[in-house]
Amino acid sequence: MDTLVDILLLAFIAICAIAILRLRDLFAAVMMFGLFSLIAAGLFTTMHAPDVAFTEAAVGAGISTILILATLSQTARREKSQVGRNVILPLVVVWVTGAALIYGTVDLPVFGDPAAAAHQHVAPYYINESPHQIGIPNMVAAVLASYRAYDTLGEVVVVFAALIGVIALLGLRRRPEGVESGPLTLDHHQVLKVVARLVVPVILLFALYVQFHGEYSPGGGFQAGVLFAAGIILYALVFGLKSARQVIPPRLLGRLPAAGVLIFGGTGLLTMALGGNYLDYNVLAEHPPTAQQIGIIMVEIGVGVTVASVMLLIYFIFAERGMRRRPGNDAGGEAGR
Amino acid sequence: MALLIDLLSWALILTGGAFGIIGGIGLLRLPDFFSRIHAASLTDSMCAPCIIAGLMLQSGLTLVTVKLAFLIGFLFLTSPTASHALAKAALHGGLKPGKCHSPAEARPD
Repeated sequence: MDTLVDILLLAFIAICAIAILRLRDLFAAVMMFGLFSLIAAGLFTTMHAPDVAFTEAAVGAGISTILILATLSQTARREKSQVGRNVILPLVVVWVTGAALIYGTVDLPVFGDPAAAAHQHVAPYYINESPHQIGIPNMVAAVLASYRAYDTLGEVVVVFAALIGVIALLGLRRRPEGVESGPLTLDHHQVLKVVARLVVPVILLFALYVQFHGEYSPGGGFQAGVLFAAGIILYALVFGLKSARQVIPPRLLGRLPAAGVLIFGGTGLLTMALGGNYLDYNVLAEHPPTAQQIGIIMVEIGVGVTVASVMLLIYFIFAERGMRRRPGNDAGGEAGR
Repeated sequence: MALLIDLLSWALILTGGAFGIIGGIGLLRLPDFFSRIHAASLTDSMCAPCIIAGLMLQSGLTLVTVKLAFLIGFLFLTSPTASHALAKAALHGGLKPGKCHSPAEARPD
């Protein structure tokens, strides 16, 4: 039964990928990308990896779809057809790469093989030791925030670097005065406003739950940050960017990504100051599991703050750029949707 | 009692599945954009809640049931809103109900 579900989901993923290749309507392609991520999330769920599935659903299907849509609202809706381009060379490259990858899979262990290298090396140690070394039910959070804290710090810095890249390309300039509603608002929808008022607080509450319950159930800083940003972006879509900008003061929002990285890195410096190694939480308290849990909560807060503020800032930068280029124009944006 | 709950739960799950299939057929076969939204929203508002209600009966009085109940509440709020927003955006974008009879014509560009 599980194999059947796996085969069905993988077939859907392949269909999605082919459909994306064939589509010339970019909006439809973005939606297919969202669907692709959602099916991948389902696949991860069948592999009993709810944390990964959660991230894939929140990031892949949720926020990246929104960000790409925000980007598309400033460019053309349809892909330009390039007549007379060379098709032989790309085809050869793709076929050779694909053949090499398929050849590589021959050496891989069978799916779910308990003798696979990944299940023999550190995984047994994490599974056997984490209950009494760290003592939290969600082992993924223990691995992510404690055993592999350096890697997670690296990921947070990557998210931060992505924001710096976007700022370097598009700038962090303020919206000009007098520009009220842009192409990315739906503020004439009364029904949407009522429902958004009901739903946005629930989303934010759920984000906090995911953040602080991440040690006990699937979730953590990455998922919580994305959910929080999604809640505020929904608010921005329905009530306009101006109101959404007032939720978090722009000066504060601009500093939050760095603050999150600082909380994470600072925890490491704190443990060094207390006499341990970098990100060695055991020195934070008397009892090792308690100390580990304190450390995990601190770094997860850092992750959540950085991810939420980076997602929000990238969205705001894209959306406000659209306003600057087409001030006061909302007819064009509406018709394209 | 357990048998009764099981039967009821499966009846709900099968009803939900049937509505899902009907919605899918409608989405493919109905003539214009607005009737298709109607078919799609049928999936949202009947298929998913029926299946979730069936699953609630399966899971009994546990925390899972409470989470599923929240899920139904969330779907009842958001799905019709999404359909409404979609229909309104299409109307706003200049698509008139009953005008287009094939998917190719339905595209505004």
